[in-house]
Amino acid sequence: MLEVQNLGFDYGTREILKAVDFGVLPGEVTVVLGPNGVGKSTLLRCINSILKPKRGFVMVQGENLHTLGRDEIAKRLGYVAQRSETGMLTAFDAILLGRKPRLGWSVKARDREIVEETVKMLGLEELALRYIDQLSGGELQKVAIARALVQEPEIILLDEPTSNLDLKNQVDILDTIRGIAKAQGISVVLTMHDINLALRYADSFLIIRNGEIYARGGPEIITPEVIETVYGLPVMVESFKGFRLVIPVG
Amino acid sequence: MDQTKTAGMNKANESGLKLAGDTFSSAYSRYIGRKFTFIFLSILLLILLFLHSIAVGAADVSVTDVARVLLGEDLGNSNTIIWQIRLPRALTAIVAGVGLSVAGASLQSILRNPLGSPYTLGISHAAAFGAAFSVIVLGSGTMRSTGADAVMLNNPYITTTVAFLFSMLTTFILLAIAKYKGASPEVMILTGVALSSLFTAGTMFLQYFADDVQLAAVVFWSFGDVGRADWGDLAIISAVVLPSMLYFYLNCWNYNAIDAGDETAKGLGVDVEKIRLWGMLVASLVTSFIVAFLGVIGFVGLVCPHISRRFVGDDQRFLLPASCLVGGLLLLGSDTAARMLMEPHVLPVAILTAFMGAPLFLYLLVRGFRH
Repeated sequence: MLEVQNLGFDYGTREILKAVDFGVLPGEVTVVLGPNGVGKSTLLRCINSILKPKRGFVMVQGENLHTLGRDEIAKRLGYVAQRSETGMLTAFDAILLGRKPRLGWSVKARDREIVEETVKMLGLEELALRYIDQLSGGELQKVAIARALVQEPEIILLDEPTSNLDLKNQVDILDTIRGIAKAQGISVVLTMHDINLALRYADSFLIIRNGEIYARGGPEIITPEVIETVYGLPVMVESFKGFRLVIPVG
Repeated sequence: MDQTKTAGMNKANESGLKLAGDTFSSAYSRYIGRKFTFIFLSILLLILLFLHSIAVGAADVSVTDVARVLLGEDLGNSNTIIWQIRLPRALTAIVAGVGLSVAGASLQSILRNPLGSPYTLGISHAAAFGAAFSVIVLGSGTMRSTGADAVMLNNPYITTTVAFLFSMLTTFILLAIAKYKGASPEVMILTGVALSSLFTAGTMFLQYFADDVQLAAVVFWSFGDVGRADWGDLAIISAVVLPSMLYFYLNCWNYNAIDAGDETAKGLGVDVEKIRLWGMLVASLVTSFIVAFLGVIGFVGLVCPHISRRFVGDDQRFLLPASCLVGGLLLLGSDTAARMLMEPHVLPVAILTAFMGAPLFLYLLVRGFRH
């Protein structure tokens, strides 16, 4: 259970986030929407203490995250950055890196076990021993998600996990994320731009405008009025074969 | 929470996947085993090269005699040659090679730049400037010939101390800029380039006003040579290199995390700025000591980590030890070759490493840096 209370952040005198309040239940997938530059990534970084928020709290299971050390935060929150660097490291070792916050001086049998389990769960056996600089974008993204999973976190934050991926990989990755959230009761917060995909996979939405939450709730909050106000673009919201679709008009 | 999750995972994996999982797991064990084999073979090779290096020279001593002397037997003349000349020289080559290479490997990781090395950050150039300053301005560099073994500075300690002070000054400038501008890889490498040109300019300026004896002393100093160190110098260098090696190794998971990107590393609980700053400080310290005592030995810190990468990949758990071994092997091998090539003249090892380093570097460049 993640609770964000009154979270605020400034770059110098420029206020990026004003006072953001929201909560995510275990197993719930929340998508943060909003135009470029409204502070979506900043919000994720503040939640994870990668950026020190200027105001407010982040509570995980009732514990104030900002009073904890980095390792302790990493045991509770997994973070999948927008970009992962590659190198001559096997996918297995890249995932094993997720055990970092829990490693003592050495890798223990337990660490290897959980990595093996996660590799199997995500169907990565075939590429586990390949160097990550030989992987495709979608495969690399799965490795990054697996790395966050072996942290055994209660919450996973993902910064635009589907950018730079083709349609099949986008669907694949979002299926994976949603599956994990439901199966393991992990709260997931992710940012993305594709509202139609978000409508398929999200339980709840957080729409950010000028550093503030403009709207918050289930799929019902995605209305033509909200989208037009936030993105400055007139749209229709239609149902087609059971899917809600946002279609730009004019 | 953790336990319930794990139980769930185990349950999901109980059926059918067991066999496939075992083969995949043993494949990984074999893969790790290969890396250990490389490290083991390198250690073996280093021991053999070490014995060979002590055996060869103007007065030939057999490898068995070397072993006997090292085990404490008294073989008269051979004892003096081995204990006083060849052993400190060979050990200095190994320790300096290890130090420069491990400093390079860690800098390449924490600066996330394949060009990271003590040389690139301007530390070596600063030391060379310090030596020039000491010889020309402080007059520490009148030379005298010692007959058999090339030439020596008449006051090596002042030269060494000033060289050390200047390389540490550079380190502090680098750290101050890192603190002020953030220790991003770009900022650090560009600062290194700027400082290198500044100190090179300073050295040229001093050399222009030097007389021919001073000029010769400065040039002599700048040829890195492991034969310059006696047991005392070796002890000082080792006292810095060995703990630093341990420090870098204890940080191998932090460096693996930083290799995955700053944000990912922070998400994994790594204090990236702190690790980067300390890593730079330790790497600079190691380089400063080595360069101050031995002179500038280029390319070892740059090339050895890349050679090691070809064998063990980027995983710092293996890359750091492998770099240490390859560094020791390369510098000891080069020094042995430098002693043999133009017998009875002994070439400073830096000339040879530069000759070998450049083609190696170009080869790696053409094959593509993988970092």
